[in-house]
Amino acid sequence: MLGQIRTRLGAVVASVVLLQLLTTFTGTEYYLTQLTMSAYYGLLVIGLCALMGYAGQISIGHAGFFAIGGYLSALLTTYNLTPHAENSAIALLNQAGLLFTWENLYGESLLTFTPWAAALAALVCAALVALLVGIPVLKLRGHYLAMATLGFGTIIYRMALALPILGEADGIADVPGFILIPASLFGGEALMISGEGDFRIFNYYVAWAVVLAGLVLLMNLMTRSRSGRALRALHSSEEAAEACGVNTSRAKLQVFVLSAVYAALAGVLLTHFKGGIGPEEATVMKSVRYVALVAVGGMTSLWGTLFMGVGLSFLSLRGVFGSYDDAVFGLILLAVMLFAPGGLSQLNSHIPWRRLLPYRRA
Amino acid sequence: MSPELFFQYLVAGITYGAVYAVVAIGFNIIYNSTGIINFAQGEFVMLGGMIAITFAQWLPLFWAISAAVAITMLIGALMELCCIRWLRNPGILQMLIITIGVSILLREAALHIWGEGIRSLPYFYGDAITAWTFGPVRLSPQVIWVLLACGCIVLALQAFFNRSALGREMRACAVNRTAASLCGIKTHNMVTLSFVLSAGMGAMAGCMISPITYTQYDSGASLALKGFTAAIIGGLGNSMAAVAAGLLLGILEAFSITVVPLAFQDAVAVTLLLLILFIKPHGLFGSSEAARLKAF
Repeated sequence: MLGQIRTRLGAVVASVVLLQLLTTFTGTEYYLTQLTMSAYYGLLVIGLCALMGYAGQISIGHAGFFAIGGYLSALLTTYNLTPHAENSAIALLNQAGLLFTWENLYGESLLTFTPWAAALAALVCAALVALLVGIPVLKLRGHYLAMATLGFGTIIYRMALALPILGEADGIADVPGFILIPASLFGGEALMISGEGDFRIFNYYVAWAVVLAGLVLLMNLMTRSRSGRALRALHSSEEAAEACGVNTSRAKLQVFVLSAVYAALAGVLLTHFKGGIGPEEATVMKSVRYVALVAVGGMTSLWGTLFMGVGLSFLSLRGVFGSYDDAVFGLILLAVMLFAPGGLSQLNSHIPWRRLLPYRRA
Repeated sequence: MSPELFFQYLVAGITYGAVYAVVAIGFNIIYNSTGIINFAQGEFVMLGGMIAITFAQWLPLFWAISAAVAITMLIGALMELCCIRWLRNPGILQMLIITIGVSILLREAALHIWGEGIRSLPYFYGDAITAWTFGPVRLSPQVIWVLLACGCIVLALQAFFNRSALGREMRACAVNRTAASLCGIKTHNMVTLSFVLSAGMGAMAGCMISPITYTQYDSGASLALKGFTAAIIGGLGNSMAAVAAGLLLGILEAFSITVVPLAFQDAVAVTLLLLILFIKPHGLFGSSEAARLKAF
């Protein structure tokens, strides 16, 4: 098991490096921008995979958590606190190192929260909201979570559209870069998550490092931890797990919160990378798309989900599907659930044409 | 608040509430026969409105609406035949996702057929400013139409489920599918019928409400959410309680405008939904003992 994981991890790392070299040598480095964005979507999707595949619950509100992460970090890092600098609370925050001063595109000097502080606030907020939605819903049997998260996602979308402070239909732009390695550390330039061309390759690797770290963490939790074993027991049979003393609603709640935090982290990082966020990231259709990506990746397969999530997001970002973008994802969702509910790797054996394929011993 | 305003809000609330109630009953019928929440329910409402609007260009209103209801019923039947019927031991999660997929496809098809524009059926009687005055209240005739139609749907369904042989067979399936099939009831056909019924009811509601709220390719989602909220408040599976719950939700929502901005009107329903799930998950009118016996 462990050996297999290492091999796969090695293969992914190798192909990530190979892709970068390939684009650099063929002069198509612009692909890296979309690959970076797809990687962040991949992070969200593996979190959702843990929820759907292991806890057997479905969330149609993950775009909402993504938006909480993105909007909150965008707001905190762009909202100018200079007029309130005299306020004692703000001064205290400044002394604690949570605020920083930077210049935006127009040469204005802004005093805002640092990206680190903003990201932390966004993740905590997403986790709290997930708790709030999850506690009542996950105690119930059946799939109430689907509708509750759909409702939650709708609220977030409406808020993004209606609140002036969130920029209404325009969203928030001019979000500063997320400085990971300050200039003072090694000398030279500071390295940050931002969409500027100079940082393209750096960002590509940062995104993949985050995604793979997320993947490894999730795998460790699922296979080695007590709550991971509880979850897998829950997945095979809720009643049996309960009889063994597993607190099923708590196990589901934990993985729901974890997946919400993954979504929020993807939102935070992608917003800094793109330099902004708009309400289109919070639509219900986006949430459904994430569900489709998990479904096509095979529900319980984190690897399959990551591969499909990154691949299809990349194609979509390149505009391959044109105006049928949403329809394609709807069709994928439907087709996969009808013909291969276990993911593309396990086509339903009772489909007639399957019998035309060469005979294979089960 | 002046009494005039109070009654005006009340009437608006009851009008919307009646539509929510019909959508909620649609959820319940399918829930009873399959155990899933049909996410495409809102799309049936949208399709009913859209198809009727298209036919209304050539046909008298009555026939346009009849055609729309019939076509939507056909779509409902096709949805069940193509996507649910032939699955072997489908899981609840699997069926749920399938209905989500169908809802996306219906919505996208509507987008490509009718475009993004907002459309509406003409008022059935008079026009947008026609109003009848009843004491302190001014009523649009359309409101009467909505209430009449929804009332008829509810009564007809009640009669169908309680009196007709077919309705009793459907109820038998809802109670215990295996036992029903042992009694010689073709349970598969009952599931198809439940989709047809829900689709027809949704389409009817879509036609009735279209002159007041307009129809757009994506107007189904928010109606579905509210219908679902009504179904939960009434207790999933309990159609008559859904009527009371739908009216309650409509009225609460109408009065909420006095407190929260219009942009957050959807939030009222969702908050209510979460509250109910938190406090009394089996609905205001449902019993927790009965819910414990249910398979899903």
